[in-house]
Amino acid sequence: MAAIELRGLTKVYPGGVRALDALDLVIPDGEFFALLGPSGCGKTTLLRTIAGLETATGGSVVIGERDVTGVQPGGRDVAMVFQDYALFPHMDVTDNIAYPLRIKKVAKAARQAKAAEVGARLGLDHLMDRRPGQLSGGQQQRVALARVMATQAQAFLFDEPLSNLDARLRLEARTFLKKLQRELGVTTVFVTHDQAEALAMADRMAVMEAGHIRQIGTPAEVFQRPANTFVAAFIGSTPMNLLDGVVRGGTLEVAGCALPVPTSAQGLLADGEKIVYGVRPEYNAYASEPAEDALGGKVVIMENLGASHLVTLDVNDVLVQAIVPEGREPAIGEQGWAVPRRDRALVYRDGELVAG
Amino acid sequence: MTRFVLGRIGFSTLIAVLLAFFTLPLLWLASAPLTSDPTYKVSVPDFTWENFQTILEHPYALPSLYNSLVLSVGTALVVVLLAALAAYALSRVHLPGRDVLLYVLLLLSSIITGTAAMVPLFQLAVDLQLIDSQFGLILILSGGLLPAAIFMLKDFMDATPKSYEESARVFGATPLQIVRHVVVPLVRPGLATIAVWSVANVWGNFLMPFLLLRDVEKQPAAVIMYTLYTEGGQANLRLLSTFGLLYSVPVVVMYLIVSKKYGFRFHGGIKR
Ligand SMILES: Nc1ncnc2c1ncn2[C@@H]1O[C@H](COP(=O)(O)OP(=O)(O)O)[C@@H](O)[C@H]1O
Ligand SMILES: [Mg+2]
Repeated sequence: MAAIELRGLTKVYPGGVRALDALDLVIPDGEFFALLGPSGCGKTTLLRTIAGLETATGGSVVIGERDVTGVQPGGRDVAMVFQDYALFPHMDVTDNIAYPLRIKKVAKAARQAKAAEVGARLGLDHLMDRRPGQLSGGQQQRVALARVMATQAQAFLFDEPLSNLDARLRLEARTFLKKLQRELGVTTVFVTHDQAEALAMADRMAVMEAGHIRQIGTPAEVFQRPANTFVAAFIGSTPMNLLDGVVRGGTLEVAGCALPVPTSAQGLLADGEKIVYGVRPEYNAYASEPAEDALGGKVVIMENLGASHLVTLDVNDVLVQAIVPEGREPAIGEQGWAVPRRDRALVYRDGELVAG
Repeated sequence: MTRFVLGRIGFSTLIAVLLAFFTLPLLWLASAPLTSDPTYKVSVPDFTWENFQTILEHPYALPSLYNSLVLSVGTALVVVLLAALAAYALSRVHLPGRDVLLYVLLLLSSIITGTAAMVPLFQLAVDLQLIDSQFGLILILSGGLLPAAIFMLKDFMDATPKSYEESARVFGATPLQIVRHVVVPLVRPGLATIAVWSVANVWGNFLMPFLLLRDVEKQPAAVIMYTLYTEGGQANLRLLSTFGLLYSVPVVVMYLIVSKKYGFRFHGGIKR
């Protein structure tokens, strides 16, 4: 087990794409760390640079106490699960799981015993003689996990391991993977473009955009206090309301309505300043009667989320969303009021969070 | 209805004639060796083993089949080994002008072992003292086959996802281990195709051994075949047909075995 430390890590591909730009990151020993970001932001590149499959253009990679920046992939003592799992199609499950041990020159009987043990732990015991082509997506994923477990590496690197599974299986695999990581206690870097996955599984997470890390924190921190409007817009199953506003005296003028300054930005705003007011639909209470400190408008869209509805209000030509619990759904065209929770609303200045 | 029936009859007749056209020579090849006095006609054999007896006693016939085997298997080994390594490198390392290089090689390869290069090749073999040497002949034949083999194998390699190799690399496999454990098994149908193709090519090659081998004891079957004439200069049909049968059987057997084991494919892609 080992911590991973990246210092000023930069990767420029031939052709000039700057996939990683002076990245600093410390992942403590045993942590389940999620790397989240939109497609093309450099997540895979970061993982591959940690594994040594890409050479860093600048900066360094430290695993444990050892600087491995110039070390070949095989000498870094990390194990990686690829997005397509990369199970060898010509080997059966046993041989696939035992392959890392074969490279380490472990005797055949010993490595088969180890493969059987790991396979049994992941519920693969009845599949050990099959080829990867004869397995379902979920089973292939578990074989890939078993194979990295057999390595007993210092750290695991997972590149979107759940993205090839269908929605239902993904939820099961999520729980399974998290439990497994807990039990093994191996430092794990987990790449995903699915914010729900990152929030659900990670001890801590980083949100990336175009080769930069835009925020690092626990899922709760990132969800409740996104450090900038990029993260705010990216995180959450329903996007955060980000509304242009102006500071007027002690209040904020947003979409033609007057709102109190959120608790987090109290005393940090100058009069007349242009800001962005952010509040998640989950933190907007909905009222069908006129309310104080609220954004009032006409209901234009209703979206069913299952146990609740997402209501979209047209507030003086600005769209504002709020969550309404079951049984209190308004009709389209009615007047409605979204009342932001003052302790959850946020203020952004030049795209960055205003906070003490 | 009648038209349909007539159409079917016409179609079947056409197919039968076409089939007969290709089957007759094969039938002849099967029956003539067993006939005491074969002509160019296909006739019911009288099941004599005399012709085989004569061939067995012929001083160069059986050794020439062995020579063919040495030449073709030797060439196939050289071609498969070198083509696999070259195709792997060309598939994985991006060189500027790589594709142009491949096409030019492919174009030139048809010249190397063709009639056009006869004189310079002979000259070269003499200068390198590779004349009258089976080893030298294997090298020259390999040279002719390699470009096409590399070209075909590269397609197989290109169709193999890189992540298999990268995965093995992260587990600590060396490049040679990766080739042995991962790449070769994945492109095995390609390697089998190239091997069979090389063997068949060399097996049927007359010009190169005729040109570069002096000693009749080193000559392969394709060359010995041309010596099977009667004193009068007529083709000796008894010997020719019998030797022809012996000459073709190994290739057919090899084809059947390899086809059953690997299946032939001339393009890449992974059968999971
Ligand atoms: N081998 C490569 N050569 C050149 N550019 C690349 C290569 N791999 C990735 N890129 C570029 O680097 C950026 C980051 O890619 P990647 O790390 O794959 O993103 P992600 O995994 O977050 O989707 C993208 O702009 C991509 O086009
Ligand atoms: Mg990716």
